[in-house]
Amino acid sequence: MLLIHMNKTIQNFNPVVGLEVHIELATKSKMFCGCPADHFGKKPNTQTCPVCLGLPGALPVPNKKAIEWCVILGLAFDCEINKESNFDRKHYFYPDLPKGYQISQYDDPFAHSGKFQMNNIHNVRVRRVHMEEDTAKLQHTEIDGKRVSLVDFNRSGVPLVELVTEPDFDNVDDVVTFLQELQRIVRYLGISEADMEKGSMRLEANLSLTPDGTLPGYKVELKNINSFRFLKKAMLYEIDRQREILTAGKKVIQETRGWDEEKSATFSQRVKEDAQDYRYFPDPDIPPIEITQLQITNYKLQIPELPQAKRERFEIDYKLPGDFIDILVSDKARADYFEGCVKLNNNYKAIADLIINKKFDEKYPEPAGLVKKLVELTNVEFSTQDETQSAVNLVIMDNQKPVEDYKNGKVNVIGYLIGMVQKRLEGKGNTKLIQDFLLKGLQK
Amino acid sequence: MIDRNLNKKLNIFLTLVDKPKAGIPIAIKDNFLTKGIRTTAASKLLNSFIPQYSATVVNKLEANGYSVVGKTNLDAWCHGSSTETSDFGPTLNPWNTDYLSGGSSGGSAAAVSAGIVDVAIGSETAGSIRGPAAWCGVVGVKPTYGRVSRYGVIAMGSSLDCPGVLAKDVVSATKVLKIISGNDPYDATSSNRETEDYELFLTGNVKGLKIGLIENYLLPEMEKEVVDKTLGAIEVLEKLGAIITRVKTLDPKYAIGVYTVVQRAEVSSNLARYDGIRYGNDRNYFGQEAKRRIMLGTHILSSGYQDQYYKKAEKIRTLFNKDFDKLFEGFDVLVGPTMPGPAPKVGVTKGQSMFGEMADVLAEPSAISGLPAVSIPCGFVRRLPIGLQIMGPQFSEGKILNVAYTYEQNHPKF
Repeated sequence: MLLIHMNKTIQNFNPVVGLEVHIELATKSKMFCGCPADHFGKKPNTQTCPVCLGLPGALPVPNKKAIEWCVILGLAFDCEINKESNFDRKHYFYPDLPKGYQISQYDDPFAHSGKFQMNNIHNVRVRRVHMEEDTAKLQHTEIDGKRVSLVDFNRSGVPLVELVTEPDFDNVDDVVTFLQELQRIVRYLGISEADMEKGSMRLEANLSLTPDGTLPGYKVELKNINSFRFLKKAMLYEIDRQREILTAGKKVIQETRGWDEEKSATFSQRVKEDAQDYRYFPDPDIPPIEITQLQITNYKLQIPELPQAKRERFEIDYKLPGDFIDILVSDKARADYFEGCVKLNNNYKAIADLIINKKFDEKYPEPAGLVKKLVELTNVEFSTQDETQSAVNLVIMDNQKPVEDYKNGKVNVIGYLIGMVQKRLEGKGNTKLIQDFLLKGLQK
Repeated sequence: MIDRNLNKKLNIFLTLVDKPKAGIPIAIKDNFLTKGIRTTAASKLLNSFIPQYSATVVNKLEANGYSVVGKTNLDAWCHGSSTETSDFGPTLNPWNTDYLSGGSSGGSAAAVSAGIVDVAIGSETAGSIRGPAAWCGVVGVKPTYGRVSRYGVIAMGSSLDCPGVLAKDVVSATKVLKIISGNDPYDATSSNRETEDYELFLTGNVKGLKIGLIENYLLPEMEKEVVDKTLGAIEVLEKLGAIITRVKTLDPKYAIGVYTVVQRAEVSSNLARYDGIRYGNDRNYFGQEAKRRIMLGTHILSSGYQDQYYKKAEKIRTLFNKDFDKLFEGFDVLVGPTMPGPAPKVGVTKGQSMFGEMADVLAEPSAISGLPAVSIPCGFVRRLPIGLQIMGPQFSEGKILNVAYTYEQNHPKF
């Protein structure tokens, strides 16, 4: 026994992480009824109907747009699309679940077996991308001195996509890189704001440690963490916590843990003793959904150039530094703006600089505005007022004959003199400024 | 005006509408939501539930000149074939109050049978329209699954539930069926197929029609008189020119298993929403039968058991579909007795948790295959009505109604 124990203490543990990410879709209406899907900040229970309240007799009718977007997200991750998909009922009791079950997908999700590649991280396999409905929202508060839980059904039935990866991450930086890229992809596709503050993107990381690369027999679920930064901290904390437990020869408890930012520590939320039996079965209220090859072809056409492809192209086409490309590509609107400018002027680096360091894309809503300013700025840059003044002085000194002519009334020699100044300034002077300085100098 | 004494004696209505709107009176089974009118599904759990919306069927009827006069009794949550599981007591048979009206649409069948209304709305999962129609001596129509919207009907077995009609005669039933049929954007399982004008099918002519008499629906344990009356009714159709051939189907007893498993699974899921948070009453208000079904259904769907119960049942369900498909290649309609016998006595279901499944054995095969069927009175056994059922392929409502109509117009006095 002692020997085994000592063996363990010298073992090296590496993290194994798999992700489950929920994304609320920005469709007009909810997943199974006509109520508005945009629930953030709305007066509680003002966006409900028999369907999303789960009233007796109410039936779900699936939102075609939401299904389309779910499939498109799957395609963006190179998933296979099921020709026939089903909605399933996932049963559990909770006050935020009005039907006693959540309509989700189990055996036949819309998309599965995808993958994700990015230069600087390991390949990640995407297990599935499926569609479900969001739950209502509980608000724990106090009314007349009594602690109560209120239910707001505005969120009930909002379309929710869940993307699940295989446990392919072995370090926390890759996890964050992947999640940030996922957020960008979702925004590029225009299917969600993927805003973690508003809860339209929710992160869950299943983390465990392995001594030998095989999947361990437990996992700790890090949940309800609403920023990349906190998730990273929580994962790093968990790695230390679990390593300590395993090194001491103990078992890590399989549970759900949250992140306490004040204490800078994860904390236990719920211990899962047994796997919960959700009693999934195909929802008899919703016929199987067919996705044809033609639909898939059409959906593929709707997918814009995604961040990674854009980065690679920007590198080739514009030869910008990597950090410039990253910043431009991080926001599709910004990347599009940059390319709008590039069509008018080929000073790529200067344009990128104005956007990134001077936020000119905010000052000039149209790319043409930025380019106009760029031209002005680049001129001034090469010939300052002082440079212009001294060039004008030299030209007046060196060109006695034309100066005499001008003073005798031959005003059109001014053009010749401007040309001479420009020549001295290597063509980079501001013509208006040169003219002003010349006129002043000639009056002396 | 409704005869309140008669209603009290038979226990037909759970709620009577105080001042019905002007229109043709119609009774509605109390599992259909009616805006502003209490809807209980005959369970005390929903004792004080006043719906905020009406079922599509109710809306369609009201838009077509019908007026809801009351909500009829049923087995609680439709769980049964007797109305004896109702938390408000059973509805008695208008022909003899010692006997049951059947169920689950017993209140609707009795309302028509007692002459209170000409037409009532019922619903069938497997036998819940045909059974009480046969036992109360009225016409019962169970349409194709998906022909009539389920929106606003308290769900029992969602893959089986069919709203339908109980009526004093085939013409009245046909008119109402036409009104309530059709696609409903609020029900994803409702068919896009255009509704036919069923009244145009009622020609009274069955000459050359190929009718399959299902031999194995004449069960060995049946009373001789039930078999004789059934065969007598078929003879009427034969004399009118229909071609009768004896056929065999897949043993209906297998349907009992399929139906029980699928329905219990769906029941356990559909009743999950009554979790004590809404509707004022908690789960203790579920009656014995509902609790039993929730437990059995939960077990059926549990991991480790789902394959051997639910998935297996779905496979056998497919076998029934194939069996019917094959039979309808050679026949226009199939006929047989609706129920194994006439109504049993009040109290018979006590301790018999499978009473309904056994009683409805002849309705279950067509129900699990989503087929339309009509039950038409075909005489009396021991002074209690019995019914002949006519089943057709999906969406053949017009055809089966015409067979029923032709029989109704031509049978000798019972």
